Amino acid sequence: MMKLWFKSGSPWIWLNAAAVSTCLIMVIAVLALVLVRGVGNFWPAQVTQFSYQEEGKPLSTLIGEKVDTSITPAIMAKSTGHKMADDEDTLVQYLVKTGNRDVTGADFRWIEARKVKEQSDPDAMIVIVRREWGNFYGQLLAVQENGKTVATGDQAMPELQNRIAAASSVFKKITQIEKKEIGAINYGLERLRLKQKKLQLENRWDSEAEKQFAADKADYDAQYQSHQAELAALYKEIRRDSLVAKTESGAEIKIPLAKVVQVYQPNIMNFFGKMGFFYHKVLEFLTDEPREANTEGGIFPAIFGTVMMVIIMSIIVTPFGVIAAVYLREYAKQGFTTQLIRIAVNNLAGVPSIVYGVFGLGFFVYILGGNIDALFFPEASPAPVYGTPGLLWASLTLALLTLPVVIVSTEEGLARIPKSIREGSLALGATKVETLWRTVLPMASPAMMTGLILAVARAAGEVAPLMLVGVVKLAPTLPLDGNFPFLHLDRKFMHLGFHIYDVGFQSPNVEAARPLVYATALLLVLVIIVLNLTAIIIRNRLREKYRALEG
Amino acid sequence: MSDTHPLNKPPSVMEKSANSYYQRWRLVKDSLARFGVIAGGLSVIVALVLIFFYLLYVVIPLFKPATAEAGNHYALPEAALGKTVLLDVEEQNEVAARFTDTGQVIFFEAATGKPVLTESIKIPAGTKVVSFAQGSPISEGAVIYGLSNGQAVVVKHQYQITYPNNKRLITPSLKYPLGEAPIVIDDKGTALEICAVKVGDKSTTIVAKTADKVRLLHIEKQQNLFTDEVTLERTVVDLNVAVATVTNMLIDKEERNLYLVSDDGHLSFFDISDKTLPVIRQNVNMVTAGEKITASTFLNGDSSLLIGDSTGLVSQWTMVRDELKRPAIQKIRAFKVSEKAIAAINPEPRRKGFAAIDADGMMGVYHTTSEREVLREQVTKALPIAAALSPRANALLVEASDKNIYFWKLDNKHPEVSVKSLWQEVWYEGYPKPDYIWQSSASNNDFEPKYSLTPLVFGTLKAAFYAMLVAIPLALMGAIYSAYFMTPIMRQYVKPTVELMGALPTVILGFLAGLWLAPTLEENLAGFFLMFMLLPVGVMVFAYAWHNLPARILEKIPEGWEAAILIPVILLTGWFAFAISVPLETALLGETLRDWFKNEWGIGYDQRNSLVVGMAMGFAVIPTIFSIAEDAIFSVPKHLTVGSLALGATTWQTMTRVVLLTASPGIFSAVMIGLGRAVGETMIVLMATGNTPVMDLSVFQGLRTLAANIAVEMPESQVDSTHYRVLFLAALVLFLFTFVFNTLAEIIRQRLREKYSSL
Repeated sequence: MMKLWFKSGSPWIWLNAAAVSTCLIMVIAVLALVLVRGVGNFWPAQVTQFSYQEEGKPLSTLIGEKVDTSITPAIMAKSTGHKMADDEDTLVQYLVKTGNRDVTGADFRWIEARKVKEQSDPDAMIVIVRREWGNFYGQLLAVQENGKTVATGDQAMPELQNRIAAASSVFKKITQIEKKEIGAINYGLERLRLKQKKLQLENRWDSEAEKQFAADKADYDAQYQSHQAELAALYKEIRRDSLVAKTESGAEIKIPLAKVVQVYQPNIMNFFGKMGFFYHKVLEFLTDEPREANTEGGIFPAIFGTVMMVIIMSIIVTPFGVIAAVYLREYAKQGFTTQLIRIAVNNLAGVPSIVYGVFGLGFFVYILGGNIDALFFPEASPAPVYGTPGLLWASLTLALLTLPVVIVSTEEGLARIPKSIREGSLALGATKVETLWRTVLPMASPAMMTGLILAVARAAGEVAPLMLVGVVKLAPTLPLDGNFPFLHLDRKFMHLGFHIYDVGFQSPNVEAARPLVYATALLLVLVIIVLNLTAIIIRNRLREKYRALEG
Repeated sequence: MSDTHPLNKPPSVMEKSANSYYQRWRLVKDSLARFGVIAGGLSVIVALVLIFFYLLYVVIPLFKPATAEAGNHYALPEAALGKTVLLDVEEQNEVAARFTDTGQVIFFEAATGKPVLTESIKIPAGTKVVSFAQGSPISEGAVIYGLSNGQAVVVKHQYQITYPNNKRLITPSLKYPLGEAPIVIDDKGTALEICAVKVGDKSTTIVAKTADKVRLLHIEKQQNLFTDEVTLERTVVDLNVAVATVTNMLIDKEERNLYLVSDDGHLSFFDISDKTLPVIRQNVNMVTAGEKITASTFLNGDSSLLIGDSTGLVSQWTMVRDELKRPAIQKIRAFKVSEKAIAAINPEPRRKGFAAIDADGMMGVYHTTSEREVLREQVTKALPIAAALSPRANALLVEASDKNIYFWKLDNKHPEVSVKSLWQEVWYEGYPKPDYIWQSSASNNDFEPKYSLTPLVFGTLKAAFYAMLVAIPLALMGAIYSAYFMTPIMRQYVKPTVELMGALPTVILGFLAGLWLAPTLEENLAGFFLMFMLLPVGVMVFAYAWHNLPARILEKIPEGWEAAILIPVILLTGWFAFAISVPLETALLGETLRDWFKNEWGIGYDQRNSLVVGMAMGFAVIPTIFSIAEDAIFSVPKHLTVGSLALGATTWQTMTRVVLLTASPGIFSAVMIGLGRAVGETMIVLMATGNTPVMDLSVFQGLRTLAANIAVEMPESQVDSTHYRVLFLAALVLFLFTFVFNTLAEIIRQRLREKYSSL
């Protein structure tokens, strides 16, 4: 019976089916893992108070968020050095985020569940999100203005929230003045300096130019002084308020509100409170600048940098790719040349991405960029302008990398258009280019769009070449800002994919960075899934449409 | 004739406008567009070729030989002041120095021979200079003069660079680091026949040979922490060695090893780390009987000796540790310079190379690590007396017996690399045997860069192998099922899902592998192994049970949904495997599987190892292989399948004997493209391995691939240096590998398409 069943070949079919199921399970598992851990980053966690007793030490209090639980079997725990009693078959450990790095020096601690005597989630626990030193966990005692207590007990929290709102708006004004306006002044001064150097190099630096230069500089200096005065007043205002809180060991510390981003009480939040918090956290993640060496705050510069690079890359790759596809399909004689070009396209698709990075670095950055610097920016030397990795070269490198995707997609679209349409147009007296431009290409535009979408999805996730041609861990300025020439193609930028690598593996505080890595990965995966699904839907619709036409 | 006559008809619209500018403009547009499109199409080939040629352009200078250009030659400056015992030239090749045997130092312009400064060493009245030696390390510029009264004078020569009026001016000067008073070595007052010195910031060691003994003198500078007072502590000890034959003495820059060379070929190696108790470690014969040692010096870094003998051979000896961890000198390589005796060996001050000049004036420039002779030039026709190599190794000064100095310009940019040093085992300084090592830089200047690409290629192939091991079964079996047996409804969803799998950025796969999979695998190693073994068994058991279900139920369920039905089965089997893994481990082994491997078999376990990389990269490569293979199988013409079934074969037999054979070129090309993808993958390897360039076959050890190496080291390497070019060479190797595979796969695929269209 069994032998017959084996002979029919059915078991092998089932095994093959198992392979498909395994692949599906793996994909879903990866997506689910990223989703759960990524979204969990934004949901407010309970703050637990533990009574903890280490061997030979007195009972101590530990306050923090339970971030992770690890259950280790007894034999494994023994091999790592833990003492296990005979009746214990697992060792349960909690990873607690205790924060307060300025007080205790470390913000995460592993504790053993068996040593916890009791634990509770007191209502009064607060979490203070700060601009430096990470989170603070403890209890609010009082609000102070210029050192004098103005609210304690039940009135402390509402008063605190009001004052934090005020301090935040002052902080926004300070940031606006420092970054935008003083930044613009600095930029203007730098341009003046380069202009002076350029005139000196060309021997056109005379007394008139010198007078003009002095006048401009005085102008900038005056603006700077007025901004400084404004800033002094704002700083005085923001430094006025502070809060007093109690840590787990009972010590009282004072935290100025200038350093506070947000204060919340997670243990008393109801579902709607938590939803509101979640929504705000997501918004902050998408629109804020990073803090604390990329382990806190938002990833807006990375999103912006990725978008800018993708736009410039699209502008470069679309004409190039479409022309190549049109050549392959419409103009070339099917034979040796097309075979050669198809081999070249497939090779471009198969070349490892790091080789593109190396080529971009050597050829684009050093040879092309170096020559551009020598020809057009001699006054900036020895500092390179385009002879160093930057936005332009990164976009160019990725355009080369994603070229095959656009070519293949466009070619597929052109191949689906029935010959009769072209023949009809030619029969009516149109030239070949008119046929293409007015009839064929518009019909193939969904395919071109598919190709572009797939190229964009590839560029958002490709990291290896970008490590060499223009992406940095932290970019103080965006490539697009209010200073002439507004689009700075020579600036380095941040990128979502590289951000994942950098924050996950090059971060000084790995535990703190981990939730942010998952969140960024989630964002990247969502973007890529959306783009790919759109491309797939467009492509399927195309196929249906042309099946009817060909039919 | 009427108006409707053909000859009288008014011209039609097409004819009327045939001559107008607009029509001609249309034709011009057409030709321009045609030209533009052809250029655009061919530029794809241009781009690919440009990448290849640019990489080649950067790599070629590595293998070019060095060149020498003859400069000026001029009469010996101040020849009357004595015979030259040392020639030296400074970094900018502007000022050179000549030390004579009468205690004179003449600084002169290197290009013309015009004297700049002449100084005399301060020696006590009535004494003569008897011996001279260059101090170690050579870069510090110290020299020692041995006097006839048993005293020695230590002098340092330095060059100061200033820029008065924006023009460079180099001023030489002499300094006495141990004070102007000569140092008493032999209180009995016998002449110091040979001496050697090592001058450092905190201590100085002098070794001197008189007629009856070899004396070691050590001076230690001690600074009182509180009073800043400096006291000098002297230690003196005599060495137990046969005095008469010693001709050269070399102290290394750590002041730990002393080498006494006799010209009959004998070397005594002393350990002088304890200055009060020198211990003899080794006596060895360096040349074959009857020959003499004619030149001996240290290689840069002082961990190797270069010994030149009378047969024209220069051999390199370095310190290795034998099985009992004792240090000993061992000969690691030899260079045949010429048939004549070696007159002088000049080590390059900053690299591991040297220039050797034989008695006929023929110079060879060599590099030790790559075992390469980069240059051979006849620098002088007469007998060479002294030679100096510039610190940047780009100039050579030779004094010949015809009382002329010859100035040569050298261009030797990349001697460290040769085909042998890139691909074969090299015996590096200080290592017990030849080995394959990649270690491109370290923190000090005496470091010997080790550019062997073999460990990197090994790592690349190892990672690709494990990835293919995971990917090929899953992808091919999945493609077979999906193209042939699966119901079209499910296929509609499975194909986009697998495409999505391929669209996932490798950065995310890599970080999940490094931060989640690696620790999970380490903790649950037994569970994973059990799962791999139990899954096929579980599936078969379920399939048999399914087969035995009553026919009524089986009829109701349509065919082709096996994959969906199996999902809960696989999840259950996996859960089961993990659940029983710990009890099984405790019952069978008594310890974790990881520890059992280490204790029973001696196999160590690294958290980020090849297994993790295999799984993660397999995941990344599966979609590539799946899509192409599935396409190939799906496109097999249906009439072949139908015909086979009509002849009575089962679906499985049709698949294996008809469809697979027909589609085999497509499957083959799918595997090749997948392999190309696995070889070039960077981010996953960067994040999921330990990035250690080791050549270990064990699946539990890490590795470093070519691509990850480039990503890690390129941002830190100096542009146009040897390291930079070797990284480009690695990129070229990757490019060529994937080029070969992809071209082969593409040709096979095109042939397959032709075959299908004819079937």
